[in-house]
Amino acid sequence: MVDKLNDDIGEEKRLQLWEMMLKLRLVEKKAYDLFLQNLIKGTSHLALGQEAIAGAFGVALKQGDYTFCTYRGHAHTLARGSSIEGVLGELMGRQCGLMKGKGGSMHLTDVDNGVMGSYAIIGAHLTIANGTALASKYNKTNEVSVCFFGDGTTNIGAFHEALNMAKIWNLPIVFVCENNLYMEYTPIHEVTAVEHPAADRAGAYDLDKIIVDGNDADEMLRTAEKAISKAREGKGPSLIEAKTYRHSGHSRADPGKYRPDEEVKDWMENKDPIKNYRAKLLDFNINEKIISEIEEKIKDQVEKATEISMTSPIPEIKEIYTDVWANGGSEWHN
Amino acid sequence: MAQLTYRASVSLAIAQSMRKDQKVFFIGEDVGAAGGVFKATVGLLEEFGKERVMDAPISEQAILGAAMGAAMTGLRPIAEIMFSDFLAVCWDIVANQIAKTRYMSDGQINIPLVIRTANGGGSKFGAQHSQSLENWSMMIPGLKVVAPSCPSDVLGLMDSAVKDPDPVIFYEHKSLYAFKEEIEQTDISIPIGEANTLHEGKDITIIGLALMAQRAKEAALILKDKHDINAKVIDLRSLVPLDLQTIKKSVIETGHVLTVEENPRLCGWGAEISSLISEHCFKNLKGPVTRVTTPHVPLPSADILEDNTIPSVELIVNEVIKKLKGE
Ligand SMILES: Cc1ncc(C[n+]2csc(CCOP(=O)(O)OP(=O)(O)O)c2C)c(N)n1
Ligand SMILES: [Mg+2]
Repeated sequence: MVDKLNDDIGEEKRLQLWEMMLKLRLVEKKAYDLFLQNLIKGTSHLALGQEAIAGAFGVALKQGDYTFCTYRGHAHTLARGSSIEGVLGELMGRQCGLMKGKGGSMHLTDVDNGVMGSYAIIGAHLTIANGTALASKYNKTNEVSVCFFGDGTTNIGAFHEALNMAKIWNLPIVFVCENNLYMEYTPIHEVTAVEHPAADRAGAYDLDKIIVDGNDADEMLRTAEKAISKAREGKGPSLIEAKTYRHSGHSRADPGKYRPDEEVKDWMENKDPIKNYRAKLLDFNINEKIISEIEEKIKDQVEKATEISMTSPIPEIKEIYTDVWANGGSEWHN
Repeated sequence: MAQLTYRASVSLAIAQSMRKDQKVFFIGEDVGAAGGVFKATVGLLEEFGKERVMDAPISEQAILGAAMGAAMTGLRPIAEIMFSDFLAVCWDIVANQIAKTRYMSDGQINIPLVIRTANGGGSKFGAQHSQSLENWSMMIPGLKVVAPSCPSDVLGLMDSAVKDPDPVIFYEHKSLYAFKEEIEQTDISIPIGEANTLHEGKDITIIGLALMAQRAKEAALILKDKHDINAKVIDLRSLVPLDLQTIKKSVIETGHVLTVEENPRLCGWGAEISSLISEHCFKNLKGPVTRVTTPHVPLPSADILEDNTIPSVELIVNEVIKKLKGE
């Protein structure tokens, strides 16, 4: 039951979150369609089903804050305000892409919006995110750094190095483990010594054990806001484990057959963050017309951005040789 | 005029950069309170305090990751990896992250950081604390690779490395830490990518780096004194960017080339130089380029074994004589 009298979030923020999550969902779906049409090459890892996590942080963070995400980062990038054509264009290898085709799906970067990169080698970006947090501390500014990663990532050394360093230096950072129950094709519990891959390790670094239903957008928002405030107030790092599930396979090539049908069905039908949030908005007496207007608006935005991306020119071949160095070039001898 | 060791020039170079630019900070294991395991960073903590001289845990990935992230925001970190051999445990951060992020981000992100590390043999530390690893970083687009051979080069190249908008790996040679030089002016800058001539000569070009450049110079003095051979010794100082013009100019004059590398043979930097020379100066060559390297083995520890593995002055002299006089 919803408690309308003691609503700490309010209609405005809920609609903002709704719009955000919906955008992430519809863009990912579009990305999937474009794959099927062979308009997107290479690999790609969709965050379908996990939108509440990126969405909540997108709403909770401020301009100037830093985020770091993984190869499963289209949603996290959009959540910071990057344009849809910037993301889809990059996936399609077009000039309108965020990095004009230099990076691709797994490396979305948009510094103007605080997206400090998407990282495809498991674990690395936890250590790098410490660096932007360290810079905020060094400069005595109050940005917060947020680093998203998966459950599988808790078993690589960099995770442990990064948590320890963040704690000893009291860095303004939030580590967000999106526990979607699988590392690639293997159930996480089969390869992890503890039940909660992130939260059960928190104590080792003198951090609170935080587990949240990552598909409950309101809870996710509350948890995000709390950890972000803590970091911003100079009270140090947090490690959040958000339970979630991906609707599609690990990557483009994966039909996800290793997951029991019943499990998939349960998460898709009963625990879909978008479906459930729509119902919740109605429970809070938000006018359905407003909800569907937002839906129409986002659909329209996605279609327009798709059109822009499809008609955007492909990169010029000379781009191969640019931007290795800060002087814009790639020369290595005189 | 003051005599300065290579070791002292390291801490002085870092201090000078930190005095000039508040954005510069220094991070590494045992670098602050302890002054570094090679005592090359003594005094920095006292002068700059804990905010700017950070003693880190044994977490090489976290050290370089933090340095990278800070650099992405415009700070200019200097990070120490105690022994270059330890780069292997954080090679992802170096080779995949630091080197490639500028390119992949289409130039949105600059990474102006310096990784300084103790490199090379001569200390009988065995195969995991003695390697010469410049070529590891040389083969990765996006990394600048510097290896100074004397105190003044440490000062001048560190100044440039810290100011450089791109990531620089700064290989300090362990066997040179005690090397002394008379220095007139300490606050100097030497552009990265300019080779230095350590000895003039028109009979043969000897190309070296770091300790091997110094050994080549000693060899050149002997060759001149005892064998009437005038060797030009080029100290590359940096592998990336590479001063090909200086190499070319000398090879056109001498027609004979010897490279001296401390690393094992396969894929050593001398192979690239040799290939460039055959491409650019083929008609000037009077014979094949000779590569002097350590054999293709891990570095052994015992005195006699290590000494006979790393190219010595005597070996360089003999190779030159063999080459020029067929002896
Ligand atoms: C160091 C490293 N090892 C292996 C891989 C291959 N790999 C890519 S994603 C992945 C699974 C990661 O699982 P998790 O952290 O749970 O994230 P998820 O994909 O579920 O979001 C693996 C093993 C990699 N990219 N990097
Ligand atoms: Mg996972």
